[in-house]
Amino acid sequence: MNKIKTIFKGKFLFIFGPFFLLWLLRYIVPNYTISSKTPHWAYIPPKSCLGGCGSIDGFIPFVDWTNALIQFLRKYEIFGLFTFRDFTRGIANYVDKFLDFTEAVLHKGFPSYEIGPLPWIFIITLTVILGFYLRGWRLALLGGTCFAYLILFSKRGIWELSMKSLAAISVSAPLAALIGLCLGILAVKRKRFANFLWPMLNILQSLPHFSYLILVVIFVGIGTKAGVIATVIFAFPPMARLTILGLQNISQEIKEAGVMAGCTKWQMLFKVEIPAARSPIMLGINQVIMQCLAMIVIAAFIGQPGLGHDLLIRLQGLRLGEAFEIGVAVVLIAITLDRYSQALALKEPERREGNFLKRNPYLCATFFAIIICSILVFLFPFFNEYPKELTVSASVYLDNAIKSFTRSLFVPLGIFRDWMLIYFLMPLKAVFQSMPWTGVILFVGAIGWKLGKMRLALTVMLFVFFIASSGYWVRAMITLYMVFASLVICALIGIPLGIWASKKERRTKLVLNICDIFQTFPSFIYLLPAIMLFQISDVSAIFAIVIYSSIPMIRYTVFGLRNVPQQIIEASITSGCTERQLLWKVKMPLAFPEIILGANQTLMFALFMVMIAGFIGTVDLSQEIFRALSFSDGGKGLIIGLCVAFIGLTADRLLVEWSNQMKKKLGFIN
Amino acid sequence: MDDQIKISCSNIWKLYGENPEKFLKENNNNPSTEQLKSNKYIPAVRDASIDVKTGEILVIMGLSGSGKSTLLRCMSKLIQPTDGQVFFEGKDLLKASDKELIEIRRHKMGMVFQHFALLPHRTVLQNVAFPLEVQGIEPIKREDRAKEVIKLVGLEGREKYYPRELSGGQQQRVGLARSLAVEPDVWFLDEPFSALDPLIRKEMQNEFLRLQNMLKKTIVFITHDFDEAIRLADRIAIMYEGLIVQVGTPEELITKPATDYVAEFTKDIPRSKLLNAESVMNNKDKKLYDNTVNCKEKIEKIASKVLKSEGSYSVIDENKKVIGSLSKKEIIKALFAEDKNE
Repeated sequence: MNKIKTIFKGKFLFIFGPFFLLWLLRYIVPNYTISSKTPHWAYIPPKSCLGGCGSIDGFIPFVDWTNALIQFLRKYEIFGLFTFRDFTRGIANYVDKFLDFTEAVLHKGFPSYEIGPLPWIFIITLTVILGFYLRGWRLALLGGTCFAYLILFSKRGIWELSMKSLAAISVSAPLAALIGLCLGILAVKRKRFANFLWPMLNILQSLPHFSYLILVVIFVGIGTKAGVIATVIFAFPPMARLTILGLQNISQEIKEAGVMAGCTKWQMLFKVEIPAARSPIMLGINQVIMQCLAMIVIAAFIGQPGLGHDLLIRLQGLRLGEAFEIGVAVVLIAITLDRYSQALALKEPERREGNFLKRNPYLCATFFAIIICSILVFLFPFFNEYPKELTVSASVYLDNAIKSFTRSLFVPLGIFRDWMLIYFLMPLKAVFQSMPWTGVILFVGAIGWKLGKMRLALTVMLFVFFIASSGYWVRAMITLYMVFASLVICALIGIPLGIWASKKERRTKLVLNICDIFQTFPSFIYLLPAIMLFQISDVSAIFAIVIYSSIPMIRYTVFGLRNVPQQIIEASITSGCTERQLLWKVKMPLAFPEIILGANQTLMFALFMVMIAGFIGTVDLSQEIFRALSFSDGGKGLIIGLCVAFIGLTADRLLVEWSNQMKKKLGFIN
Repeated sequence: MDDQIKISCSNIWKLYGENPEKFLKENNNNPSTEQLKSNKYIPAVRDASIDVKTGEILVIMGLSGSGKSTLLRCMSKLIQPTDGQVFFEGKDLLKASDKELIEIRRHKMGMVFQHFALLPHRTVLQNVAFPLEVQGIEPIKREDRAKEVIKLVGLEGREKYYPRELSGGQQQRVGLARSLAVEPDVWFLDEPFSALDPLIRKEMQNEFLRLQNMLKKTIVFITHDFDEAIRLADRIAIMYEGLIVQVGTPEELITKPATDYVAEFTKDIPRSKLLNAESVMNNKDKKLYDNTVNCKEKIEKIASKVLKSEGSYSVIDENKKVIGSLSKKEIIKALFAEDKNE
């Protein structure tokens, strides 16, 4: 009797009880299984069939409402003068003006003045000097190598494509940074605005790219300017976030010093606060640049020319060797821009005394470099335009290598793939598809409530309810299955790797460096090896997701383990712990909250990647988004996007709260 | 208002909690400790009234959390007090507009911070010139002035350094220079030497006294270090849990501590260095003995000769008038007595 009581009191039954009850119902109630044509309403939300059946409407017609709103914005004339669409297109035209300029400088030239684009020698030289200035010769070497690769492997026009992409980035990155900075400042100064901005940023950052691409197409159109605007929308949230964090973390004393010096509000902002928060703000700029690069490929979906566009075409045609060449270019540009902007963020002002030359060595070097390069360009056409005869391409060899590689591994990889599908993925998929939506709502609600917050419980329940009522329940559950399967594999890889890496300083450095490099890769790149190895299947999608989203798992595990206070470790060693006991009894429990956060991040990454993996044919939400994209169905795209966002936000809310509560219990935070 | 009083604070309250103004009003502007506690208000400063006289060094002393920094910030209106009044040169600071406040801070106040609060992206010169820059003074003029002050604090030759290149002591010298750049009337120092090593701290205290001898500012100095307080102060205000417990000269605090709390502080102070003949003499015995001592003479200096001789010494003031006497008994009592109220 007592035993039963304790079971009922325990967390386990409380959380899972109603869930199992509903699950059991399918065996009791007739017409309750998935095979019947109209499944029971408590099991699968009405009107939400297994997918693949054209337009699906939920029992709340969110999609229709959104489309009606979009129609209204397209047609209704504000003050009878212009529509919202005219307004957005007007903005886009301004963006186009900037774009014309950067494109002219980098690859079109100014034909009306008979000036060509910036010769390649200028770009390489200036990059190298900038690298020296920002950190030193290593960075300069990286920058030089990157552009040397672009020019050398330019047989199929990689240089021109890169310049097109860079022209777009050099408009979108500053614009996104500026918008993020302004919004961040406004949020810090006006509490009300912050209350509005935070949830907006949360949703924007968890919305898959493709869902607002459709809206951009509707309100702006297609082409480079549309790509730039989509990129800006995608890239400004981290800037806003980091601006807010930076400004909030300025020490109270520095602000008081500003006030006591008699600063006005504007002087405070520009002379004290922004300079004092410059590191996080610069880090924000780094983030913006990385997001812009991630969008290179995605923006190609709405017709932005450049590296992304060509990569996409090669991928679709399965011309993997050529795709690989372009992929390397994208990765090199990404790493270069990342390291340069990081160096800029960490750059401290240096003291230089002496004459003008000594005080401004880099300025002088730039000046002389420009003169020398100009002379070279004037004398030798080689420096103006790199001759096509001297370019190389390794794509044929690469193609052959990939072919022989996959051929030799065809049998074992095939066996592995089938084994994974039959014994792991299919059963898991079945489990997820058979989860009743009412049960899931109760389940997340129970966890939220158990974590001690009514508000949290209601929020997550509302999120899940939205997904269920929108009509994409079954698809959402397939997405969730992919994410969950990836999460499990990521944990199986990431946690042991993290433990291994955390044991020695050198390993930690090595692993974190590798993580850094992997994280700079734009996500589409991960599809390349996935297709090479596993062709088109759930396994290849999950493979791509796993490589991409293992990174945070490893990172957080290492971070958590390395951050266990030294004195606690010393105390345990002097208590006589063996290495193993130290790990399992001391380090792991203390690192656990951090590992949970890692799992949360992994989940977010996986959710992002699932959407991109839809490109190689999965049957979850991402497929529906791609379909919406090709029909320009803005409402559908947005609602599916919100479904994905809410899956992410539900998990995020619960996991972060759990981790925080554990940290509180351990006394890491107050 | 009295010309001699630079800043006058009366009945300053600073409470943290929900709608503290209303709570204060409901309790007749004087809630008790129990009332505060039961309503979950955190009192930072409670009913503090104090005047800062022109040209004096007023040290506000207390342990962390006693409200001393909050009181200082109320004086400069960095923090808006919940209730009470602050007059700066007779002007009601709490009613001053933002514009007036900016003017006062630009010309009359200078402040030094515990963790230096230097702007990390500016050189020493630019940091010191910063208060002048925000006033809109032209570059050449402000840099000349900044160089002057940098020389004054002994950092010549370091003008182009960045704060991160300097030691803690040097950084605080920059802090001192910055606060002096505008030639303020009032100098606020918020635990300026607490973050420094003991040896550097001594050095900086000497530096501070040297500067004050030259400049003669009105100073409000915050510290939690009683040794520092008696070394520097003309008057000391001791704070405890938001209340000002006692205000007085160092001698007064030692000889007549208002509460046990003050007595506890003063217990370990080497009394012979602080007390003078006047404060320990027997003031009933006004006979003229063979030997005399000046009333301002510190006990440290006269103790050995009084203890060696058999008779008493007369204590005389500046006009050679006998105001009391000293014998072995008084000296011993002054040096060793635990209970000062006896």
